[in-house]
Amino acid sequence: MNDVIIRTEGLQKHYVLGAETVRAVRGVDLTIHSGEFVAIMGPSGSGKSTFMNMIGCLDTPTAGKYWLDGQLVSTLSEDELARVRNQAIGFVFQTFNLLPRATALHNVELPLIYAGVGGKERRERATEKLRLVGLADRMDHKPPEMSGGQRQRVAVARALVNEPALLLADEPTGNLDSTTSEEIMVQLRALNEAGQTIVIVTHERDIAEVARRQVHLRDGLIERDFLNSTVETTV
Amino acid sequence: MLILEIIMVSLGAIRANVMRSILTTLGIVIGVAAVISVVALGEGAQASVEQQIERMGTNVLTIRPGQQMWGGVSRGETSQLSVSDAEALRDRSEGLLSVAPEVSSRQQIAYLRWNSNNQIVGTWPDYFPMYDHALQAGRYFNRGEVQGRRRVAVLGYNVPEALGGTSAGALIGQTIQVRGVPFEVVGVLQEKGEAAWIRPDDQIFIPVSTAQYRVFGGRERLNSIYAATASPQQLDQAFGVIDRIMRREHRIRPGAEADFNIRNSSDLLATFNETNQTFALLLASIAGVSLLVGGIGIMNIMLVSVTERTREIGVRKALGATRRTILFQFLVESLALCTLGGIVGVGAGYGAAELLTRFAEWDTIIAPAAVFTALAFSAGVGLFFGILPAQRAAKLDPIVALRYE
Repeated sequence: MNDVIIRTEGLQKHYVLGAETVRAVRGVDLTIHSGEFVAIMGPSGSGKSTFMNMIGCLDTPTAGKYWLDGQLVSTLSEDELARVRNQAIGFVFQTFNLLPRATALHNVELPLIYAGVGGKERRERATEKLRLVGLADRMDHKPPEMSGGQRQRVAVARALVNEPALLLADEPTGNLDSTTSEEIMVQLRALNEAGQTIVIVTHERDIAEVARRQVHLRDGLIERDFLNSTVETTV
Repeated sequence: MLILEIIMVSLGAIRANVMRSILTTLGIVIGVAAVISVVALGEGAQASVEQQIERMGTNVLTIRPGQQMWGGVSRGETSQLSVSDAEALRDRSEGLLSVAPEVSSRQQIAYLRWNSNNQIVGTWPDYFPMYDHALQAGRYFNRGEVQGRRRVAVLGYNVPEALGGTSAGALIGQTIQVRGVPFEVVGVLQEKGEAAWIRPDDQIFIPVSTAQYRVFGGRERLNSIYAATASPQQLDQAFGVIDRIMRREHRIRPGAEADFNIRNSSDLLATFNETNQTFALLLASIAGVSLLVGGIGIMNIMLVSVTERTREIGVRKALGATRRTILFQFLVESLALCTLGGIVGVGAGYGAAELLTRFAEWDTIIAPAAVFTALAFSAGVGLFFGILPAQRAAKLDPIVALRYE
């Protein structure tokens, strides 16, 4: 395969809850290459959310190392992590997390604002991504005026606008009905086929099966890591 | 570039909550308006006092009796100024000074069936040019009438009005009673206006000798002696001359403590300003307290706003906003709120001052410095009370913030 996008070595995360230390992630070694479509699975308490936060540079590991797109990020400061999130990662959340008072266009522009991209270029790039997800005609609508599926497509456009090395989706279909879930998954598949590296965290088996590779976590360790044998184009 | 974007975001948040923003800034608006109008009143009062003291004459020195001191201890007796002191000043200053003594007190006066209570001033004719008292009708009294203790009176502008509204011209040659003593009215003065606490328009001027021996019952002691120079530039010289002559008159060696004070009108002005400033400071600090309360209101609402927008902060951080960016966003928001409040407050204060001038007829002056200070202060309040909520926002953990319901 191509370049390595994600490489973790003995990644650990411990929380201190009162007198007790919770070992949420207990040493994960994982390598994901450019162009992969990986589903991280696991029951609640398996440590997959904690793992995802570290992969997404929202959290720093207690121990172990993490390279993102060739850069060692596990030792970076908070502000440096903010820059990495801004430039190398696109987030898609279960609850969309769009700014309710801003238009779809402004929502998509947001990462570019923090990247310091000028107004004209920003609008062009945001418009292009909204067109890509099929929302060119709804750019001036605000999230409350849109359906769940449309909102999640805005979020996908927002995640893509910085041309990130990694698109990280946390339960992207968790708040959607099955039809719109399917639409979003088709969208993600199409993006992956165009070369986008995608990591999606889910606990739904049929969603995970859309990906090419599944990583199962249990009790903070990798339980299974395998390629999907049959790749279906529809769920 | 980024800074401009963040400012736009902040202003957008203010616009999105118009009603709340207005209510939040109301404290600042009221505080600034209070500061502006109070300072305007103070400045106005000061200017009118300055004007009045100017009117009293900037080239006049006032000699007043002082306590006689002996080795730093008061000997208990107050010194006296007499007409002979005034005469000595006039005769021995080689034309430098024009001099007028003053003995005065309030007395009951009567004309036909009308009564009034006025300040009776016993003086010399030199008093009138010294204070630019022009005549409306009749004449001043003269030196001969002072010598002869004649019962003649020159009335201030308002006196005819108090005596039944008789016209100034018709009063000339009429007889009025001062403390029961009949006086012939020889002149009526033009309007003069107030001069500090003195109201010359209500005064009645009579020869000093007549006042001392016929009205005040043999009172030798003068209230004060006025000495004027031709120009304000000669005041310093005059000061020395007066000191020398007075010491000789009162037999006080040079260097010893004098039993009289020589003051000029700027000393009076300084005393008055001191009082005025103390008062203005007091009022301004009360107004300042309301600014403080307004600031606390801003902080309160900003804290609520940060809590309310926890999720938004989480999203912004996940998408690449640094701590500083978030801090700046919320700081700009409270700064903008306070500054807008300040601007509205300046307008309201201006309006209040205008109303006070129009309806209460108080002098007010809006000083640019006061406007600038009030605006700077409200911006300062915004920064000071915005910093805590902004820091709280900046410190939010994006993971926690994103999960916040």
